[in-house]
Amino acid sequence: MVEEAPLGRKLFVAVNSAVLILLSFACLFPIVHIAALSMSSQAAAGAGLVTLWPRDFTWMSYRYILENAAFFTSFGVTLERVALGGTLSLVMVLLAAYPLSKDVRKLRSRSVYAWFFMFTTIFGGGLIPSFMVVKSLGLMDSIWALVLPTAVPVFNILLMLNFFRQIPEELEEAAFMDGAGHLRTLWSVYLPVSTPSLATNGLLILILHWNSWFDGMIYMNDVDNYPLQTYIQSIIVSSDLTNLRPDELKEINAISDKTVKAAQIFVSMLPIMAIYPFLQKYFIGGMLLGSVKG
Amino acid sequence: MNSNKTLKRLYRELPLHLMLLPPVILVLVFSYGPMAGIVIAFQDFVPANGWFNSPWIGLDNFKYVLDFPDVRQVLWNTFFIAVLKIAAGTVCPIILALSLNEVKKTLFKRGIQTIVYLPHFMSWVLLAGILIDILSPSGGIINNMLQALGMQPIYFLGDGAWFRATLIISNVWKEVGFDTIVYLAAIVSIDRTQYESAVLDGAGYTRQMWHITLPGIRGIIILLMLLNIGSILNAGFDQIFNLYSPQVYDSADILDTFVYRIGMEEMQYGVATAVGLFKSIVSFVLITLSYYLAYKVVNYRIF
Repeated sequence: MVEEAPLGRKLFVAVNSAVLILLSFACLFPIVHIAALSMSSQAAAGAGLVTLWPRDFTWMSYRYILENAAFFTSFGVTLERVALGGTLSLVMVLLAAYPLSKDVRKLRSRSVYAWFFMFTTIFGGGLIPSFMVVKSLGLMDSIWALVLPTAVPVFNILLMLNFFRQIPEELEEAAFMDGAGHLRTLWSVYLPVSTPSLATNGLLILILHWNSWFDGMIYMNDVDNYPLQTYIQSIIVSSDLTNLRPDELKEINAISDKTVKAAQIFVSMLPIMAIYPFLQKYFIGGMLLGSVKG
Repeated sequence: MNSNKTLKRLYRELPLHLMLLPPVILVLVFSYGPMAGIVIAFQDFVPANGWFNSPWIGLDNFKYVLDFPDVRQVLWNTFFIAVLKIAAGTVCPIILALSLNEVKKTLFKRGIQTIVYLPHFMSWVLLAGILIDILSPSGGIINNMLQALGMQPIYFLGDGAWFRATLIISNVWKEVGFDTIVYLAAIVSIDRTQYESAVLDGAGYTRQMWHITLPGIRGIIILLMLLNIGSILNAGFDQIFNLYSPQVYDSADILDTFVYRIGMEEMQYGVATAVGLFKSIVSFVLITLSYYLAYKVVNYRIF
């Protein structure tokens, strides 16, 4: 058994580490590359000279973004939907998870409610009927179209209720002895001990709202109402040049605004990277609590 | 006597029902509402007339779609891409989890994990923006490298076969790190004494992996494979929609993108709803089946 010998093991560890480093590099490369592009001159970017470090360093693209009203408007819409939608969803998660975490003895129709919510995760009306509902409620071009349809995230309810179930029943009984009702118990007994799960679900909902683009595309007619990701989608992905022939491309590349696009993509990634350390801290543990236990 | 008891119970439960009321109303409107809207699939739907006054046409929308020349291709693309993604998305995270498990230096391990989880949290819009740039046949960094090696540029996003490969690989790239979390957690929960006695029996690292680690996570592997049955018609709308173009419709147009185009762009609401309904029903059956199998095989319960 050659591979079991110390030398074989050393070799394995070396190769294994090298492969892992390579994989991490592959995961970081696109982000570093886009950052480098955004800080390079248009000439260098257009000529394909930029890899991992800016060429002819300049803040030009960022200066352009600062003057670009559309970018800021959409950024504002996203902040609004994150704040409004995040709060609303978290409240709905708590309102649903608390009663559902109770034993059947305390809430007889518990499983009826549970299936009522669960069923929506395995069957849906599909794109057109959902669109029609939002439209017939007069929500087109309103921030509520981005907030209400996703206001009750069933997956987060599951995570939260599994966490609530681990809270000892004695805590609740003591609260009731002191004359507290359910809402009061939820607020002053459950919430203080649920920080990890609250943080996990809060961050998850936040990211979901930050990354959503499709609802903005179908529910917003006016470009001024686009959230950030929808705006990025409309300027970058839709004006896709990949499929032009090389000669056509050369012309367009000459007036390329590659660096400006790169800057806008990079700025849109920054908030996710900013909250990433918190995600690391809460998410992995909180996620497992809810999912693996099942 | 009995009704009195029921009344008492309802009174006691009332606060809980009231708490559930807001989420129930929202779900009723925005999830069950669209389910009622499925009637459009059986109508010659005209928005001006609404749901109640559009003429009923039975299964004509379905017949119309079946006559579409592309519809078989769309179905096949959906199935093919989804299955490849499931296969790659099962094998790669397991290999990565086993590989990470062999790393004994905690700091190095945690560093790698931190980096490989990151792409999962980025939207396909942003990642597609980056991919379009780096895969471009003229001036994209990947093709620049290929050309430096004396190769012809590759139309990653303009050629059908390459497009599919790009879909699978970029999906693994985005999700592989994140998908290892569950397996790593399962590995951690394996009884340490098993390894100790294996070492006493003279088993090396390879045999420990093969006879202890892998069997130790077999349950979770089977569970995740079963649950994947439900996503056999989910080929990944966000990714494909942001990367594809008419050149690659032949090999990458899937049910979801097809529904979007005929519904939102061509405004054939009835037809698009019919195709969506077909997808919903098949998915519903598959998900139910997968939950049932998961319950039977590994005693998994959703809640």
